[in-house]
Amino acid sequence: MSDFVKHSVRALLFLLVQVFVLHKIPPLHQFVVPYIYFLFIIWLPFNTGRIWLMIIAFIYGLALDYFLMWPGLHAAACVLIAYLRPFLVNILIRQEGAEQSYGAPSINSMGWAPYSVLVFVLTLVHHGYLVFLEWLSFENFWYFLGKVGASTAVSLLLVLVTEMLFYRKEKFRTNM
Amino acid sequence: MRNIFLFIRRYFNFLSFLSLQALALSFLFRYNKFHEAAFAGVANEVTGRINGQYNTVEYYFKLKKANESLVKENVALRDMLRSNYQQADTSQRLVVDSLRIDSLKPFQKYLYREAKVVGSFVTTQTNFITIHRGANQDVRADMAVIGPGGVVGRVVNTSANYATVMTMISRVFKVDGKLKNSNERGSISWDGQNPRFVQMRNIPKSVQVQKGDSVLTSELSSIFPPNIMIGTVDSVLNDPSTNFYNLRLKTATNFSTVQFVYVVQNKQLEEQINLEKATRNTNE
Repeated sequence: MSDFVKHSVRALLFLLVQVFVLHKIPPLHQFVVPYIYFLFIIWLPFNTGRIWLMIIAFIYGLALDYFLMWPGLHAAACVLIAYLRPFLVNILIRQEGAEQSYGAPSINSMGWAPYSVLVFVLTLVHHGYLVFLEWLSFENFWYFLGKVGASTAVSLLLVLVTEMLFYRKEKFRTNM
Repeated sequence: MRNIFLFIRRYFNFLSFLSLQALALSFLFRYNKFHEAAFAGVANEVTGRINGQYNTVEYYFKLKKANESLVKENVALRDMLRSNYQQADTSQRLVVDSLRIDSLKPFQKYLYREAKVVGSFVTTQTNFITIHRGANQDVRADMAVIGPGGVVGRVVNTSANYATVMTMISRVFKVDGKLKNSNERGSISWDGQNPRFVQMRNIPKSVQVQKGDSVLTSELSSIFPPNIMIGTVDSVLNDPSTNFYNLRLKTATNFSTVQFVYVVQNKQLEEQINLEKATRNTNE
């Protein structure tokens, strides 16, 4: 299966799960909004150009927005994490040239700790920006913090479950 | 000039990031005018169809609740039938109006059309539902939408066969309501916290309010018919700094289970709007 098809199918599945599972479950608490869809952007290959990464993230976020009928909200957050991802990957990458030897960010290619830091930071940024935009006129700062914190915690849990369920074996790429 | 090009080349990533952000944010801050967003019509038709597919499954699980609410509404309507009211006292006689119902048709102000809910979300800050009835079936923007329980929302966008409805639990939605007992009017909006509760403001403290009081739509709302249930008072918040109560209302409609709604068309709305516009013009 070519990379393009694989990632398209993945995008579609993430989108459907986000819209028809995670946004359909009754809200547990006003703070808790579980998100998983942005993992698609984290899982895109290393060799995606930075511009393309942002454009893909924009279209992907907008697709979710059209389902939730709030155009622009998730697109803005997705573009932000797509912009930040290359910087973080550069800082966190373990050995020289891992971008060339492996396909995409994963536990396998980056190591446990750097990968978790990457996911944690991007999740936090994504939720922070999302809640900030939702609550541009938020009167209560604790509400903002609570919502970002709780949503991030739930999302990280979901990411952990996803990583365990769909363990991605990244092939070591040789020059051949 | 050369420096400008060098600058653009150097910061091309950052600049494209900024432009994509700007594009996303410009979409976002027109959110109360959803129909203005790019490709809204096409996207509506596509997401409506996918939502419809999903709803064929979801609907099955909600049949029981949908049935219950429809039966309840039927009972309430049957209760209002004239034949239920008869007095034993023979000195009073029930006079049947000789006007045939058909002859009243030209005077009908509110026209109801049923619609099936195919998609709904209650987890975001601006919650919409999608209904399977669109411009081809005479749904227009700004029509009122009510459910078996009461007020649901307002149509904001239509495509050929689907329409999106901004529900009462959206932070930009406002409706004019009144207390059933005292006819005191206030504006109702949602604070974005719990999808079962909305807030009512501007009720003077001189008014007696009790938990459980009904709140209905007022006569002032031009799109909603009067006396449609909005919710019941759940708690009264007394703010000592003002002369007004803030009421917390439990919504009459449960937005996560509503399956059938009525789209209400005010047939005299155009006339009213034209008159108001003409009056404003002459006074300017």
